Amino acid sequence: MRRAPLSWPRGALQGFGRFWWKFLIGDTPEIFLGVVVVLGVVAVLSEVETWNLCVLVVFPVLIALLLAGSLARVLRRN
Amino acid sequence: MLAVSLHTSDVVLAAAVFLACAVEMVEALTIVVAVGTAHSWKAAWRGVVAALVLLSALVILFGPALLKIPLEILRLLVGGLLLVFGLQWLRKAILRASGLKAKHDEDHIFAETVVELAEAEGDARKVAFLMAFKGVFLEGLEVVITVLTLGASAHRLGLAALSALSALVLVGIVGAIVARQLSGVPENAMKLIVGLMLVSFGTFWSGEGLGIRWPGSDAWILVLLGFYAVATWLMVWRLESVHDPTEVVR
Repeated sequence: MRRAPLSWPRGALQGFGRFWWKFLIGDTPEIFLGVVVVLGVVAVLSEVETWNLCVLVVFPVLIALLLAGSLARVLRRN
Repeated sequence: MLAVSLHTSDVVLAAAVFLACAVEMVEALTIVVAVGTAHSWKAAWRGVVAALVLLSALVILFGPALLKIPLEILRLLVGGLLLVFGLQWLRKAILRASGLKAKHDEDHIFAETVVELAEAEGDARKVAFLMAFKGVFLEGLEVVITVLTLGASAHRLGLAALSALSALVLVGIVGAIVARQLSGVPENAMKLIVGLMLVSFGTFWSGEGLGIRWPGSDAWILVLLGFYAVATWLMVWRLESVHDPTEVVR
């Protein structure tokens, strides 16, 4: 059965939401969640004075590990 | 005399916006050329103009509003967004470079668009217009997001817009000359470089938003770029050595 078309504001809103979902999450939800977690960890570390300098190294390393993890997920899936 | 002051970040920003826009525009142009040659150039151009008008309206509406957000918050949000976006590009580019994913093929997109047009039901003119509009609008929306986020975070919206415009003109001219040979553009390599740049900017700005003071200020972007380039090369090398060359993933 064909669904009735949505009214203009609802259809536009749904399209807008779908675009951002696809843009940010799509088929790689681990990247979105990973970035949120990494930013949280970096925010905590940067508040601790003794860890402040380590953040310069830890931050890009965590991002690289996140990318490696996402690639490993592709290999596991196949 | 007009004083122009360019920092390292300005040069990297202009290059990142230029390459990102060029890649998206090649994709959009492929669809427009397919619609133009397979159906009618009039419908294709109408679709392009309608999409460009809508995209310009979005820039006018959201560009100035972004500049009103406090810089620290803007950089954290935009940095996070660039990290997500950049990592997605980089992931795809690594999979393609290592042979795990089929390379982006403009010839395939061209053929697919022509088939879609031939099979479309209803008013052919309307379908052709919608296809050109959708292709330009969706790819253009990514360009708008790149320009607005990168430009607003660096408070260099003008420079980002100028880079995007240069890419539009260049791809437009090249597209007009080569028309159907767009597959010759090294799109996958460009995507890998853009991915590296977006992730580097994302790390730098979200770090600044969180209060990190990078040594050497803007110049640290180049250090990040170098680090991510080496990491990417290692990942491509590792994937090439572990996967079966006949296997391609989605």
